[in-house]
Amino acid sequence: MDFPSLTIGRIREGLLGHSFSAVELAREALQFAEAQNPSTNAYLRFAPERALAAAARVDQQIARGEEPGPLAGVPIAVKDVILTQGVRTTCGSKLLAEYVPPYDATAIVRLERAGGVILGKTNCDEFAMGSSNENSAFGPVRNPLAPDRVPGGSSGGSAAAVAQGTAALALGSDTGGSIRQPASFCGVVGVTPTYGRVSRYGLTAFASSLDHIGPLARTVRDAAVLLGAIAGRDPLDATSAEAPVPEYTQALDGNVKGMKLGLPREYLKDLTSETGDLIAAGVETLRQLGCQVREISLPATDYAIACYYVIATAEASSNLARYDGVRYTFRSRDSGTLSDMYRHTRGEGFGAECKRRIMLGTYVLSAGYYDAYYLKAQKVRALIAQDFARAFEEVDAIVAPVSPFPAFKLGEKIDDPLQMYLSDIYTITGSLAGIPCMSVPCGNTAGGLPVGMQILARHFDEPSMFRLADAFERAGPVN
Amino acid sequence: MADLANLDLSDTEVHKFQADLDEILGHIARLNEIDTANVEPMAQVLYAAADTATWRGDRECPPLGTDVALANAPQAGGGYFKVPKVIER
Repeated sequence: MDFPSLTIGRIREGLLGHSFSAVELAREALQFAEAQNPSTNAYLRFAPERALAAAARVDQQIARGEEPGPLAGVPIAVKDVILTQGVRTTCGSKLLAEYVPPYDATAIVRLERAGGVILGKTNCDEFAMGSSNENSAFGPVRNPLAPDRVPGGSSGGSAAAVAQGTAALALGSDTGGSIRQPASFCGVVGVTPTYGRVSRYGLTAFASSLDHIGPLARTVRDAAVLLGAIAGRDPLDATSAEAPVPEYTQALDGNVKGMKLGLPREYLKDLTSETGDLIAAGVETLRQLGCQVREISLPATDYAIACYYVIATAEASSNLARYDGVRYTFRSRDSGTLSDMYRHTRGEGFGAECKRRIMLGTYVLSAGYYDAYYLKAQKVRALIAQDFARAFEEVDAIVAPVSPFPAFKLGEKIDDPLQMYLSDIYTITGSLAGIPCMSVPCGNTAGGLPVGMQILARHFDEPSMFRLADAFERAGPVN
Repeated sequence: MADLANLDLSDTEVHKFQADLDEILGHIARLNEIDTANVEPMAQVLYAAADTATWRGDRECPPLGTDVALANAPQAGGGYFKVPKVIER
């Protein structure tokens, strides 16, 4: 089996043509993933029992002559911030090293109902806080295309698994770019759907007004199929949207002639020259496909990082208050009094980045600073959202870089948190506005590092986003 | 801040985080440059939906159950989460 080139379509063909069974595929996929994993550390653990049981159900369906689900037999990796009943879920944190969830996230239930086979749980930055996957308590992930470089973060393990072929698809989570940026760094497709499109029930909360679950895949089509399987209203998540879920694959018709695209000038000034050249070539490809590209302005962009790191840390400080040594497995041995238990459990359990963000969030919410920071940031967030709303009166989609630069070296930015934060500039704006955005491979640098192009669309207009990404993918990489 | 957030930090951490947070707050200060005089704060991404769209039906759902809910507790007993003594006699 050539795992790095497997797609949903090929798996379906193989299963329905009886070239292999889902159980055979799952066994082989697990074997391949376990053998490859030491080179990247993408998976934190495998779930063979669960995978083989899911595969057996698919085989039974096929044997009974039933139509198997859209993800039938597809080996899938799941970021370790998404709860899997009975399968340890650590969030990349020492605090949750032994945590075994008592229930499944809705996305997990839907994915398995569609025939998906969950191979295991993938490494990530602790509580999804980071842009390099170096903040995991279980060691960093290496970029499969350049082992001395980061895979991006925080869904670094999921992106690396898809790039390496140790999973055909993966689930990630995105709060400020945590799906798109690793997808860009690893040369795969990564989708942050509209806020509310996918239920977050069972996604460990980081910043609730910004958290998303979304797919990573090797093709736009596969990402669209996975999103279709997990999207839709869920009574268990009050923020999940009622809007009907379109058949996303119907949008993959290559019909982008006359599509109006905006290129925001604020996104082009801080690029490394190679990334800029590749994005420019990508835009040229879109022009050749018949799209009308015009420059637009999103003036509040310069304030996006400041805005995000107030809102996200404020929400995080509140969400992470629950890890206090009472309910979630880890309690410090040094817990003589209740207060000692709180302070030592959190002091020993959280890594540096979580501590930084908890303190920053506590500060911006504290008495006397609330208006100056938190309220102000919420107003700036409104301006950022208005920028997009105005732009979408003129254009159907926005194209932009995902990251100012390709994958950087392990250790290069870890000691300078502000520099790390600033690298999220192009992904954070879409997250704040809650619009659908994705990364699609654009081309490679001379050194062979992938660069992703970002496509952003109106709320719930994933079809336009996928249509454009698919047409771009079919045109081939720019170099 | 560490006290407010119930985080026990080492001296080295205090030193490093002070410098980091100063730098980050320095960047965040740029929020003051932008005029937000007549702007409503945005707390949540909103989309058109009926006011009742997020209401659940009034149906009975089975809860997790005490044993399951306590399975991850560092210390449990008698159907409760146990913590160090709060009040000394």
